[in-house]
Amino acid sequence: MASLDRVKVLVLGDSGVGKSSLVHLLCQNQVLGNPSWTVGCSVDVRVHDYKEGTPEEKTYYIELWDVGGSVGSASSVKSTRAVFYNSVNGIILVHDLTNKKSSQNLYRWSLEALNRDLVPTGVLVTNGDYDREQFADNQIPLLVIGTKLDQIHENKRHEVLTRTAFLAEDFNAEEINLDCTNPRYLAAGSSNAVKLSRFFDKVIEKRYFLRDGNQIPGFPDRKRFGGGTLKSLHYD
Amino acid sequence: MSFLIDSSIMITSQILFFGFGWLFFMRQLFKDYEVRQYVVQVIFSVTFAFSCTMFELIIFEILGVLNSSSRYFHWKMNLCVILLILVFMVPFYIGYFIVSNIRLLHKQRLLFSCLLWLTFMYFFWKLGDPFPILSPKHGILSIEQLISRVGVIGVTLMALLSGFGAVNCPYTYMSYFLRNVTDTDILALERRLLQTMDMIISKKKRMAMTRRTMFQKGEVHNKPSGFWGMIKSVTTSAPGSENLTLIQQEVDALEELSRQLFLETADLYATKERIEYSKTFKGKYFNFLGYFFSIYCVWKIFMATINIVFDRVGKTDPVTRGIEITVNYLGIQFDVKFWSQHISFILVGIIIVTSIRGLLITLTKFFYAISSSKSSNVIVLLLAQIMGMYFVSSVLLIRMSMPLEYRTIITEVLGELQFNFYHRWFDVIFLVSALSSILFLYLAHKQAPEKHMAP
Repeated sequence: MASLDRVKVLVLGDSGVGKSSLVHLLCQNQVLGNPSWTVGCSVDVRVHDYKEGTPEEKTYYIELWDVGGSVGSASSVKSTRAVFYNSVNGIILVHDLTNKKSSQNLYRWSLEALNRDLVPTGVLVTNGDYDREQFADNQIPLLVIGTKLDQIHENKRHEVLTRTAFLAEDFNAEEINLDCTNPRYLAAGSSNAVKLSRFFDKVIEKRYFLRDGNQIPGFPDRKRFGGGTLKSLHYD
Repeated sequence: MSFLIDSSIMITSQILFFGFGWLFFMRQLFKDYEVRQYVVQVIFSVTFAFSCTMFELIIFEILGVLNSSSRYFHWKMNLCVILLILVFMVPFYIGYFIVSNIRLLHKQRLLFSCLLWLTFMYFFWKLGDPFPILSPKHGILSIEQLISRVGVIGVTLMALLSGFGAVNCPYTYMSYFLRNVTDTDILALERRLLQTMDMIISKKKRMAMTRRTMFQKGEVHNKPSGFWGMIKSVTTSAPGSENLTLIQQEVDALEELSRQLFLETADLYATKERIEYSKTFKGKYFNFLGYFFSIYCVWKIFMATINIVFDRVGKTDPVTRGIEITVNYLGIQFDVKFWSQHISFILVGIIIVTSIRGLLITLTKFFYAISSSKSSNVIVLLLAQIMGMYFVSSVLLIRMSMPLEYRTIITEVLGELQFNFYHRWFDVIFLVSALSSILFLYLAHKQAPEKHMAP
């Protein structure tokens, strides 16, 4: 039973956006009562049924790696947390809907996680210039989750949701907006729950079922990413 | 007429300072947050602007730029505004934002923030009792009452900061204190960190599986009355639950270990970066500066001790002293008045610029280290408070390093304070702070994870 296949999903985002609350909600189906600072990284495991309801149904472990800290952390912290970016199968990007900056920082977060092999961390992300083309041929599945939906005023909600839709489009990813203090947002059968399980299905599929030809997910992608960044470094 | 021109000069410069403070706030402090409370930003920038104006006035005093009566007026106005901000506005808003963060008190936040402010006022007032800061002739509502108290807090803060800085600066600059860290050390530690993470994961997998099977079993018995209530009842009453709590305890211990390992690894990386930095040209330069600073630090500590033991306060400022020495002992004749003005201008200018710059850098670092989206408003206001008090008391102390003729207006404006007391107080706190930071750094240095390093 303990020898089920597993996939590794990173949970990234600025500090205070609610990554730990989200992970707790995803894994335990419960609201995290008093969240505290995450130092380093905390992990939790979700049991996921791949292609639920079809004959191919199979159970997997999803490891959710919740990496603490902010994108502007000291470079020593950045180098240390790069340890956690090894052989990642999927990334959940979390941002705070009430804080526009946390959405903008997602570009830096994703670049930090995806480029860890070729560029020394901290150098690349300082210029504030992001090549959005880079996300077009990304092989690692991404999911954008906006938190604290309840704290947005009704009449501003539309504007905020359009903004996040663009953001998700930039990442070529699905998006979910929710409030981590309310489990109803992820209730079984709701569209959010469907999106979520589709994302996990995609991660598992990329990892275990798309091995045709030269694809070993994770490695070739990074090379391609590195090429892109080198190019962008030349430009500035 | 000249008053109008003077005032317009002052107001223009204030607007400039305000703009700088505003930009600093947007670009540096709140880089990662969305500004939702413009009050905070305005207060911060206003505090910054008025603090800088005080220094500007000191410079004008030395250069004799404006009309002396309008200078006096602006000094008074500046002090009044800054005291108003420091004593009334900022503490009130700090209380207000603290209260608004607590959900329980959200309804009556105005009432509670007033209460908080009154307690602050009480302690602020009581602070004056143990210090000989006032001559008895001042009334209760005189400006001296406020300045003297703000001055005590500010001087204490300044002395603490500079005592720590005087020790920490050579410690970080000098490569002599660097530990030797190799890549293998870091790799070993990283491997241990990842192993710990793996252990946590395997335990969590077991927990998740147990919970799932319990949930599936429970689904047969229970009618799905409430989805979440059901999970709770299952997790608390089922036979597997003791097992779960046991594993949870192990996981907690492992997570604690992983945090330790993470911090240690980050520390090693930081040391490695410093080693690499010390090999660059700039690093070598700072290493050299470090030796210089350590000598200066020892000299400062020595002087502070002597000042305390012999109960002595330097009567003359360094500029006049220097000129006296050159004239009397070296026998060089020159225009004393002209040079004393220029030298004190340069000296005071350097003190002002370095202190503002240093404070801003420290504030930024500090803010990044401890702020989060929830507490950022409170922290910025606290920083504004610290900044204001720091600058008011540096005006108090800067008075000593100016020649007599420029001191008069500061004395006049600040009122009859016991200036000597502040200097002695500074020396005492500086000494305490420097010695305790030496002790602290010594312990930290000895305790550092030397065990990972093979000799």
